[in-house]
Amino acid sequence: MNLRRQPIVQAAVVLVAAYVLFEYVIGYGLPLVGVSSAPVPQTVILQYMAIVIVGVLVYFSADEARWKSFMQPVRDTLTLPDRRVPRGLLMVAIPVMAGWMTYQNVRLSFGAPATLRSIHPAPPGEITFRGEPITLTGLENPLRSSGSMEEHIALGRSIYTVNCVPCHGDRMDGEGHFAPAFNPVPADFTSGGVLPQLTESFVFWRIVKGGPGLPTEGTPWDSAMPAWENILEQHEIWATIIYLYEQTGFSPRTWHEAEGEAH
Amino acid sequence: MNSKLSAISRHGWIAWGAAAVAFLAAAPALAQQFTGPEYGEFALFGLDRRGAIWIAAQLHLLFAAFVLGVPMFAVVIEAIGMFGGDQRYDKLAKEFTRLLLVAYSATAIWGAILVFFLSTLYPNFWSYLTGIFAPSMWLYAGLFFFESFTLYLYYYGWDAWKKGIAKKFHWGLGIMLNVWGTAVMFIANGWLTYMMSPPEGVTAETAPPQIELWSAINNATWMPINIHRLLANVVFGGAIVGAYAAYRFLTSKTDDERAHYDWMGYTGNFIAIGALIVLPFAGYWLGREIYEFSQTMGITMMGGFMSWLWIIQAFLIGILFLAGNYYLWVGMGRIPGAERFQPYIKWMLLVLVLGVIVWATPNTMIASRDEIAAMGGTHHPFLGVLGVMSAKNTAVNLMILTTFLSFLMYRRANREPVVAWARAATMLQGLAFAVCALVVLAYGIWGYFVEAIVRIGFSVYQVLAVLVTILFVTALDVLMLRGARSRGTIRWGHMPPRSQYALLVLAVTFTWLMGLMGFARSGIRQHWHVYEVIRDTSEQAFTPALGPAATMISICVALFFGLVGMIFWLGGLSEKSADQPSGATAAGTG
Repeated sequence: MNLRRQPIVQAAVVLVAAYVLFEYVIGYGLPLVGVSSAPVPQTVILQYMAIVIVGVLVYFSADEARWKSFMQPVRDTLTLPDRRVPRGLLMVAIPVMAGWMTYQNVRLSFGAPATLRSIHPAPPGEITFRGEPITLTGLENPLRSSGSMEEHIALGRSIYTVNCVPCHGDRMDGEGHFAPAFNPVPADFTSGGVLPQLTESFVFWRIVKGGPGLPTEGTPWDSAMPAWENILEQHEIWATIIYLYEQTGFSPRTWHEAEGEAH
Repeated sequence: MNSKLSAISRHGWIAWGAAAVAFLAAAPALAQQFTGPEYGEFALFGLDRRGAIWIAAQLHLLFAAFVLGVPMFAVVIEAIGMFGGDQRYDKLAKEFTRLLLVAYSATAIWGAILVFFLSTLYPNFWSYLTGIFAPSMWLYAGLFFFESFTLYLYYYGWDAWKKGIAKKFHWGLGIMLNVWGTAVMFIANGWLTYMMSPPEGVTAETAPPQIELWSAINNATWMPINIHRLLANVVFGGAIVGAYAAYRFLTSKTDDERAHYDWMGYTGNFIAIGALIVLPFAGYWLGREIYEFSQTMGITMMGGFMSWLWIIQAFLIGILFLAGNYYLWVGMGRIPGAERFQPYIKWMLLVLVLGVIVWATPNTMIASRDEIAAMGGTHHPFLGVLGVMSAKNTAVNLMILTTFLSFLMYRRANREPVVAWARAATMLQGLAFAVCALVVLAYGIWGYFVEAIVRIGFSVYQVLAVLVTILFVTALDVLMLRGARSRGTIRWGHMPPRSQYALLVLAVTFTWLMGLMGFARSGIRQHWHVYEVIRDTSEQAFTPALGPAATMISICVALFFGLVGMIFWLGGLSEKSADQPSGATAAGTG
């Protein structure tokens, strides 16, 4: 019998190929050809494999003849007298595998457990800056409509260089010389998932209040970011925000299209 | 037994419903005089006050969706039977209306429990709500009576008014049943959306009598919720019909029964999946209104600690797509001529699986310390591109398109067009699919290179492209298949049991989704009874983590299906009784 035409063998090949793709090709193969990648977290591989397994079962059971053919080796192995040896081996192998997986999940480990971290804390509608109330909702960067943009950028550059580079790095990629000591690592401003997703008022709030001002829900945040309202003036923070967007080439998120086009 | 059941429906259940309504009508006056403690105590079955009200509200909502969704289904099916002359449809519509009688009572019972819990466990908050909404509560009670009696007229008048103008009058009753039901839902939605998005200017110091009733009802999220729930009820109604048909199919003893319930399951699935396709529009509108109302609420929902619910939602909707398509593909086994479409199934499945993978890829990954260090954060450098809306919108639109293609193949399976231009029309349909897929992909890729506000607009173009394609291809198909030659009759009833489990999976998944996403909508209020107006000062003023919330919702879903299973069983029991002489009934039901 041609093994390649056996549905159960085809299913096994698809599952193994999918696992190799998720675990090794994406994690280790892509960097070899110059594509930026990293090992895929186990939780994500588990998700992906669950979807692929469901897909494989859907395919083989969607047609009656295919399903019968798929199940035939299973049925034969469980019932035919001449399959006693493989049947016995499976009866041992399956519980051992289940036991091994259980052991892997419950064994003592010194590593911190996998965590689910909310990456976008929800900002409050209003904050205080050294006691002065500021409404965040609809707040725009005041420096964009006043003064010289060159001066704002120059001020932002000097503030960033003195205060932010140690953690966020001189390339704004979150790889400052203090960065390896932090978990989670400092934000990478060059990522499309950070600055362009945020309004300037959101960035202002994060700089003003830092880690100590993060909302109580979704804790622990584990952020080492200081509350910069204790060190910088408001206009210095706004200038730094302009500098961040100017250097990375991103536009801040806006609420209304007309305003979006204006930026 | 049938007469006994009817008696229960007429007396026992009505009494429960009437008690709830009477209490609801009287409660505002009672509640405003209340001067007791802020919260009542509850400690039964391991539940605290929040757990008790959670279960009561969730089960009331699920049964309410049942009694709103199924009449929509029934009235459409009755119209198809009436105008098309096929008596099978009329029988199907009546069968469902019979289930409604008991389901309606269950809705009233859970509504009564909810009101009793609200007034005894949250007396001050209940007093506050009644202070604003009292007149609408009276109107609600009145409409509830209209709805009840219209339902009884609709069901008990079925055989009496089955011909000519009387039949049209009967169908009109069905429409009125839906009108009353929708009005009742809209009013209740006003109360709950007020808790989410109270009108501007309302503060903790605003006394309830100072708040204008209409502005409280017509708040920012009222109409989006109304439309979202209306569409979702159609989906839910179809899914429940499918589940009922599956249950009856699996317990059928004869080929005729199997054929009938097989056909019923197909019809329910068709309506559920058809309405599901337009549901994301309404959900998108609701999400946008939430963001507009409060940036904090919006970010909490989509980017904050509720964001993982969207990944769970992606999984569940992925299951819906896979199960819906699976049911069609298995069903093609009973249609002569469908075998010519078999080679395409694996490619359609590949699109669906890839779509679910993309949709379920989290933006922020659950990872160990070492994995985070290797990735340089919680965003994966390569898979991160799949975690954003551009990728997810593209995936879901291609999944919708693929599902429509499955329907098209199913529909055409046993037909052979006879018109001369059939080949050209089929090629045109193929071209429409290809162009649509390209448009969806192009906007998806383009979305990575524009700012967020422009990218959000792209999702509208993607959905429009899919909808226009669906309409165009359907219109062409209808014209092309006029007078088509048959390749053979569909062998209704020739379905393997696993296809029926797919229908059950669909109904359970829909119900689970309603619970989970309802938790997201309600939970984003966080520690507020009325957002930023009335603070929750109880010891449960915290938002439960996803694990306990999912457990609670799963308990509600299990309870719901336990009760629905009983309703299904009662439906079969009364039918059996009606078909047999009374002596046989007694023996048969033991």
